[in-house]
Amino acid sequence: MLKIENLHVRVEDKPILKGISLHIKPGEVHAIMGPNGSGKSTLSHVLAGRDGYEVTAGTVIYKGKNLLDMPPEERAREGVFLAFQYPVEIPGVSNVYLLKAALNAVRKHRGLPELDAFDFLQMIKAKTKLVEMDEKFLYRAVNEGFSGGEKKRNEILQMAVLEPSLCILDETDSGLDIDALKIVSDGVNSLRSADRSFILVTHYQRLLDYIKPDQVHVLAQGRIVKTGDASLALELEERGYGWIDQTMGEAA
Amino acid sequence: MSATSYIERYQSIANELPGYNLPWLNAVRQLASGSFEATGFPSPREEEWKYTNVTALEKKLFAPSSISTPSTIDKEWLETHVLADTWTLVMVDGYFDSKLSDLVGLTDKVIATGIAEALQSHPDRVKALLGTTLEKESHGFLAFNTAYFSDGAFIEIPANVKLQKPLQILHISTRNEALANTRSLVGLGRNAEAKLIETFIGLPNISYLTAAVTEIHLAENAVLDHYKLQVETDKAYHFGGVYVKQDKTSHFYQHNLSFGGLLARNEIHAELATAAECEMNGLFLAKNRQHVDNHTLIHHVEPHGISRETYRGVLADRARGVFQGRIVVHPQAQKTSAEMNNRNLLLSEDAEIDAKPQLEILADDVKCSHGVAVGQLAAESIFYLVSRGVDRETAKNMLTFAFANEMVEKIGLDSLRNKVQDHLLNIFPQTGIRRDWL
Ligand SMILES: Nc1ncnc2c1ncn2[C@@H]1O[C@H](COP(=O)(O)OP(=O)(O)OP(=O)(O)O)[C@@H](O)[C@H]1O
Ligand SMILES: [Mg+2]
Repeated sequence: MLKIENLHVRVEDKPILKGISLHIKPGEVHAIMGPNGSGKSTLSHVLAGRDGYEVTAGTVIYKGKNLLDMPPEERAREGVFLAFQYPVEIPGVSNVYLLKAALNAVRKHRGLPELDAFDFLQMIKAKTKLVEMDEKFLYRAVNEGFSGGEKKRNEILQMAVLEPSLCILDETDSGLDIDALKIVSDGVNSLRSADRSFILVTHYQRLLDYIKPDQVHVLAQGRIVKTGDASLALELEERGYGWIDQTMGEAA
Repeated sequence: MSATSYIERYQSIANELPGYNLPWLNAVRQLASGSFEATGFPSPREEEWKYTNVTALEKKLFAPSSISTPSTIDKEWLETHVLADTWTLVMVDGYFDSKLSDLVGLTDKVIATGIAEALQSHPDRVKALLGTTLEKESHGFLAFNTAYFSDGAFIEIPANVKLQKPLQILHISTRNEALANTRSLVGLGRNAEAKLIETFIGLPNISYLTAAVTEIHLAENAVLDHYKLQVETDKAYHFGGVYVKQDKTSHFYQHNLSFGGLLARNEIHAELATAAECEMNGLFLAKNRQHVDNHTLIHHVEPHGISRETYRGVLADRARGVFQGRIVVHPQAQKTSAEMNNRNLLLSEDAEIDAKPQLEILADDVKCSHGVAVGQLAAESIFYLVSRGVDRETAKNMLTFAFANEMVEKIGLDSLRNKVQDHLLNIFPQTGIRRDWL
């Protein structure tokens, strides 16, 4: 699904990612943890194609294609989805309108016809149920005046509608109350399938109780400093990141 | 170059102008004509006209149409501009056309007709209203309009009458190189309520000049919703002024939607007595080489007045926009509350806006604020949409449409809001936004 090799990224001449390598197979869930400012969102943004990042070395191959060559809209249509750490408010554009425009763009790319109004509405309603969102939110402007948790849920709604192949969730669990965390996790789990992969960026082991990862990576200062299975997250929860610094020190 | 050629044209049809047999009106016209002769059309040397140069008008000579040679109007085309469920007064090339108008069912307590006709049937009422809102005003266009208006609407709604349907004044231009010069008078008695839409249109592709002045007097506690929809052709010159005198506790809600014209100047001025309330909403869009100028002025002359002003502009290509918003709080106008906000979106590097808010506060116990912003579409918003699969161009159009549509959503009148949205969709055809998704 995704092969990142030796990825180096700069922002405004400041090196942020310093040689990331990551292989994700179809159906796998990878968690990325790590201290604030270590580069987790940077990696997410680079994968989604945001401007302002300079890739100075390395490659990213997605489904056999060079991801870095594609403009962001094409990545989205090819099935890459980023749930933003800080979803953007778009006054004046209704949620339902964005969903329709996005879905049709993606369907067109896949050679599928536009959904008619009836089918679209049925589908959207089913998906709002999945994330237990009130249908009223569909007709509100995208994220405008949404609470932190509502914005995160809205990201998952968009993901459920677009049915991507690679889902990158950047701290979708931050700011969620306990019930919402369960709802969002259930939503993600219901989307898990053999041909869909996930990158979960998170600070909390709690999320991984609900969504069981195949691998857990620790990102620190722009590098993946440790990789393990689900138990690594537990260990981090107990011992913090200091312990990793130590083991790194020993390795050096 | 001077204004004399216009004056000569009008002198040759002086006895076709309405009320030419009324000495008081002749005196008013003569004074104005003298003043126009002295100044001509406004010049950029005047502070209030600094950003809009209309000297081209003196080189062009648009000719007034004569009432004796009326145009035939394609009914179907006309229908597309008439709002459903309204009473309509139609002005063709500056003359009231009673046959195209529809006032069926309007209570006979209300006078709604052409000003020429009103000068015959109710000359005293016209005399009582004409010029009353223009005491603080003076520039060449107003003098020109007073001196030579060929017709206009006359609407008087007596005390306590609440109109059941909106009134629409449809100003149509049908001739190339022609000039429509109208004065409309609107008076609402105590507690009267009405909705009034003024629409400005022209036959496709023609070039012409509209000079339309509307004077509005709102008596105590009267409520008027006034909408101006300016969708002149892209070769037209438009001067449109709305001047309002608000008695105490009256309400004036205004929406100024300016989309058309090669050069358009919209003036909306209001004077507020005690505890009067005034809301001014504006949306102006311009592309190619269009120039659109919005000049607003609010005088708070007595205490406890409230004014709220929100203007948005979208300028593409080489278009030029002006927002000159002035609020004057006079010394007696304590406890005034006045807000002004203007946001502008520049879609190209060659587009320009001059945004000049001016607050003159001469009272000490007031609440006033103003804010102006000029910017481009936010990169993070574009990326958010693009990251969902929407292409860049569409994303930009969506955001632009949304920015403008937020003003349109404020229009309380469904039929008009839909019509305005249609215009918006035409202006941004690439949005791919369809009515049923809004
Ligand atoms: N536009 C920018 N200009 C300068 N520095 C930047 C920019 N964007 C990111 N950085 C820096 O890059 C580093 C990594 O940021 P990033 O947002 O990827 O961290 P993160 O791991 O997601 O942190 P958090 O856990 O707090 O979300 C930080 O030091 C940040 O300040
Ligand atoms: Mg982050």
